Amino acid sequence: MRGIMAVFKKEILTAFSSPIFYAASFIFLVVSGYFFYTNAIIYTIRSFQAGQNPFLAERLNLSDFVVKPYFGDMAIVLLLMLPLLTMRSYAEEKKMGTIELLFTYPLSDGAALAGKFGACVFTLLTMLAGTLLPLLLLQTFAPLDWGLIASGYLGILLLGASFIALGIFTSSLTENQIIAAVLSFGAFLLFWIIGWAKSFAGPTLGPILEHISIVVHLDSFVKGLIDSRDLVFYLLFIFFWLFVTLRFLNTRFWRG
Amino acid sequence: MIIAENLTKYYGLKPAVQNVSFRIEKGEIVGLLGPNGAGKTTILRILTGFFQPTSGKILVDGLNGQTHSLELRKKIGFLPETVPLYDELSVKQFLSFSGTVKGLSGNALNTEIDRVISACGLPEHRERRIRHLSKGLKQRVGLAQALINDPPLVILDEPTTGLDPTQIVEVRKLIKDLAGQRTVLLSTHILPEVSQICERVIIVNQGRVVAEDTPANLTGQLQKGLRTILYVDGPAAEVQATLESLRGVTRVVPSERAGELLVESAADESLRPLIARTIVESGWGLKEMRTSDLSLEDVFVQLVTEEGKD
Repeated sequence: MRGIMAVFKKEILTAFSSPIFYAASFIFLVVSGYFFYTNAIIYTIRSFQAGQNPFLAERLNLSDFVVKPYFGDMAIVLLLMLPLLTMRSYAEEKKMGTIELLFTYPLSDGAALAGKFGACVFTLLTMLAGTLLPLLLLQTFAPLDWGLIASGYLGILLLGASFIALGIFTSSLTENQIIAAVLSFGAFLLFWIIGWAKSFAGPTLGPILEHISIVVHLDSFVKGLIDSRDLVFYLLFIFFWLFVTLRFLNTRFWRG
Repeated sequence: MIIAENLTKYYGLKPAVQNVSFRIEKGEIVGLLGPNGAGKTTILRILTGFFQPTSGKILVDGLNGQTHSLELRKKIGFLPETVPLYDELSVKQFLSFSGTVKGLSGNALNTEIDRVISACGLPEHRERRIRHLSKGLKQRVGLAQALINDPPLVILDEPTTGLDPTQIVEVRKLIKDLAGQRTVLLSTHILPEVSQICERVIIVNQGRVVAEDTPANLTGQLQKGLRTILYVDGPAAEVQATLESLRGVTRVVPSERAGELLVESAADESLRPLIARTIVESGWGLKEMRTSDLSLEDVFVQLVTEEGKD
């Protein structure tokens, strides 16, 4: 545990002293904030229209028009930003040679990986904390469903942690951070869109593709439902990629 | 302290080290010598648990590297060749990370950080970011992380490469100061460094140990007979031919400096007066005459070249 915490602290200190973290967080907050703003404006326009259309007024609520789309938009921005956070995990250690220290300290590969994963998730949490601000502002104008918001954040956190596990794996494959980022983005995108093929993939493969599509499992969280199947999917996805990373790191014993 | 038995490591189909065996006792300072690509770094990486050997066994203080890798690593302080450091951290933060990973915490960690910072001459730099330090200071930080938690075995891979002469002297002194308390394995291809610091050397070439002894014994073993350097004022070819004709002289090698010759002869002290007398009686001027022992560099070159011929 001490080793995990030491790596966690080292990773946090390194990440927070790197301009990449601030650039990625800034872009994430600006773009997410812009999406939120446009959703809020659309909602305002619809509210004016609802004054003359009682049918529309019945269907109009902040959760459906602002909060739920906000989480969907956040997920898209994370797809673009998370490779920037995970690309340095192992690629930079390999490039700088510090991997030699990490592998020769009395620290298991699993502990080092857990520390790195934990630090990336913590970094994601700090980025997500910034996205609360628009919701808190909105709360001053109208009451919000905070249960739904908590569920949405849990979904985004699980989705982000899944991306992080996959991103750390791609980072372990190379010493070039750009290649690691490109591989991460490609892999994230693939797991995002793979479900689109379900309509023509046949009755057997179609449901499988839909099930492994990462974004499908976010829907229930955004709707305020914590479905154990979706929870288990994300947890399995995270553990699978962390396990594959660990196995890959162990190949150094025979690859040299 | 270290027992290496028949270590073999293959990279794919290419052997990097083959059947390497050696022993290093507690408190020794041992130099691991070899030309580039000889397998030194591979041996060190096996020793430090970075990877496992394809076959063979490594024991450090009785711990088997294959079965007790983590416990073994606790006993080792390692400075890799490239001195990898976390540039974004301050010296103190980096040493705190190293110390924590090595099992220290609380007051013990702070005391140990203070000790290694002081031992490595870094007190004024403790709060500075590593990226802002000079190469010499970075080398000291690398040494400090190797020494934190006072490991009984310190392994240093090319610790003075890239340093200026003053820094080299400082680092060598630091390594020498470690003697007695700890076992030090020093990998280098700077031969005077080994002569100055190490009590014993292990020479590797093409992945095999080609010699293992004290520098004095190694030169003694390879130096068959006497070596005399002469500076003679006379016709070079004639001087060489005359000296070669003397009984007991095995070889006369002219040097690049005009008039200077290296005379290799049987281990017979009476030959030197004979050589001097021959030169003087031939009417040539004997400007200088001195003995010359094989240097570690000569031994190294001889061993590596012989190995290359095989």
